[in-house]
Amino acid sequence: MIQNAMILLRRKKPMDWVRFLLMWGCGLATGAVLLYLVGFIVVKGVPHLTPSLFAVEYTTENQSLFPALVTTLLMVVLTLLIAVPFGVFTAIYLVEYAPRGSRLVRVIRMTTETLAGIPSIVFGLFGYIFFASWLGWGKSILTGCCTLAIMILPLIMRTTEESLKSIPDTYREGAFGLGAGRLRTVGRVILPSAMPGIFAGIILAVGRIVGETAALIFTIGSVIKIPENLFSQGRTLALHVLQLSSQGHNRNEAYATAVVLLIVVIGINMLSETIERRFANKLK
Amino acid sequence: MAPAGARQGKVMKKFEILNTDLWYNDFKALHSVSMDIEANQITAFIGPSGCGKSTLIKTLNRMNDLIEGCKVKGSILLDGEDIYGNIDVNLLRKRVGMVFQKPNPFPMSIYDNIAFGPRTHGVKSRYRLDEIVEKSLRDAAIWEETKDRLKKSALSLSGGQQQRLCIARALSVEPEVLLMDEPTSALDPISTAKIEDLVTELKEQYTVVIVTHNMQQATRISDKTAFFLLGEMVEYGDTQQVFSNPREKRCEDYITGRFG
Repeated sequence: MIQNAMILLRRKKPMDWVRFLLMWGCGLATGAVLLYLVGFIVVKGVPHLTPSLFAVEYTTENQSLFPALVTTLLMVVLTLLIAVPFGVFTAIYLVEYAPRGSRLVRVIRMTTETLAGIPSIVFGLFGYIFFASWLGWGKSILTGCCTLAIMILPLIMRTTEESLKSIPDTYREGAFGLGAGRLRTVGRVILPSAMPGIFAGIILAVGRIVGETAALIFTIGSVIKIPENLFSQGRTLALHVLQLSSQGHNRNEAYATAVVLLIVVIGINMLSETIERRFANKLK
Repeated sequence: MAPAGARQGKVMKKFEILNTDLWYNDFKALHSVSMDIEANQITAFIGPSGCGKSTLIKTLNRMNDLIEGCKVKGSILLDGEDIYGNIDVNLLRKRVGMVFQKPNPFPMSIYDNIAFGPRTHGVKSRYRLDEIVEKSLRDAAIWEETKDRLKKSALSLSGGQQQRLCIARALSVEPEVLLMDEPTSALDPISTAKIEDLVTELKEQYTVVIVTHNMQQATRISDKTAFFLLGEMVEYGDTQQVFSNPREKRCEDYITGRFG
């Protein structure tokens, strides 16, 4: 008996080592790639981060990123304004109202899953044809926002759905058992509990908006100015990096802009974490 | 009104269940159950798992409506009015409160947990809400433990405290009937004893229906006991009689522990 156990242990030990090394190695590789990427951009970009890059106007002599920065933030806010209500309310309908497993739910779910798998350039083409040409909005902030909104809709829907589904049914029973209607149950008990999850989804969506280029190339235009209205053209930071680096002679500015883009993304993540933690604390 | 009647020895029917069948899709879970539930009494439902006792208790406030494919036939009268007729379900659930098997406080403060019900039914005044919260917590014998931490999350309470909080929450809307679906099955013996004491006090004001797996519990607290088996009500009578002198062989076998 004991001898058997000893043999097993000895046989098991080398395998444990292999497993340990494998996991450790994978973790290290992931971290290293990320560090290299960030380090590369920072080293290449920071020296060129001059105050003139933040001038209000972009000129051929001074490739200011300020208009792009403003456009990016504007795009984030406007796109979320369109996509979040649609996504969240659809998810609420699917989880809380629609009969579970009904055909409509299956169709909606299949549609969103398909949407989620479409490459963003296709969204860009669709946006160009539908919003810019057919609706006549031209290449504009509005066209860009609507295109991005469709693109992130599945993401927001899925995360909201998952988060609503993770709320135990006992909460629903408790509220219904007190004579609360569905609206009150969802509004006062379910949604507040699901908030952290929904919020996490929105943050992921923000990440996609900030980083998106393909869907915007055909839809938002390339004018580098702080947009005056919804029908102005514009250029987000990510697009700006793309354009600068493809022009060839503005590589340094491209790296510097990438640094700012990185800072924006990290900033958004940190902000979201604080907000999420506050939500979580409230619930505890 | 009702308590006086009960004290005079008159039988006040709170619920009349008449020939009620219930299906979950194709599975028939209740077979023409008929029984009266008396006001200001504690009625216990006992029987092995899957015998339909929880199903029956959930028909009394129509919580079964939430289950897809659940169909009820027959009629259940609350004070003579058919609750499966044309009534406001939310109002029914206000009149017939429920405490669940696992404590399920909402993830909010103790105060807000209790105030949720009254707010749902339109109580807005801060003063009135304070009153209701204190009274409900007192009635559920948990006021002393919680009065200094009303703003704290209800999830910070222990399991037994959470269950008493849930009872307080159920009481907050001044129900007439309190349905309890195995309210102590997830609790330790001390918390269980506290809740049993509480239930015994509650029958002064409320009609209590309790589902329990614990036969001692049924004998300790209930006035009436109904024994269920495979969706049928096999025996129903005074608790004393059911346990000491059951009429039905199947009921006797279960009570004496020969199966179940």
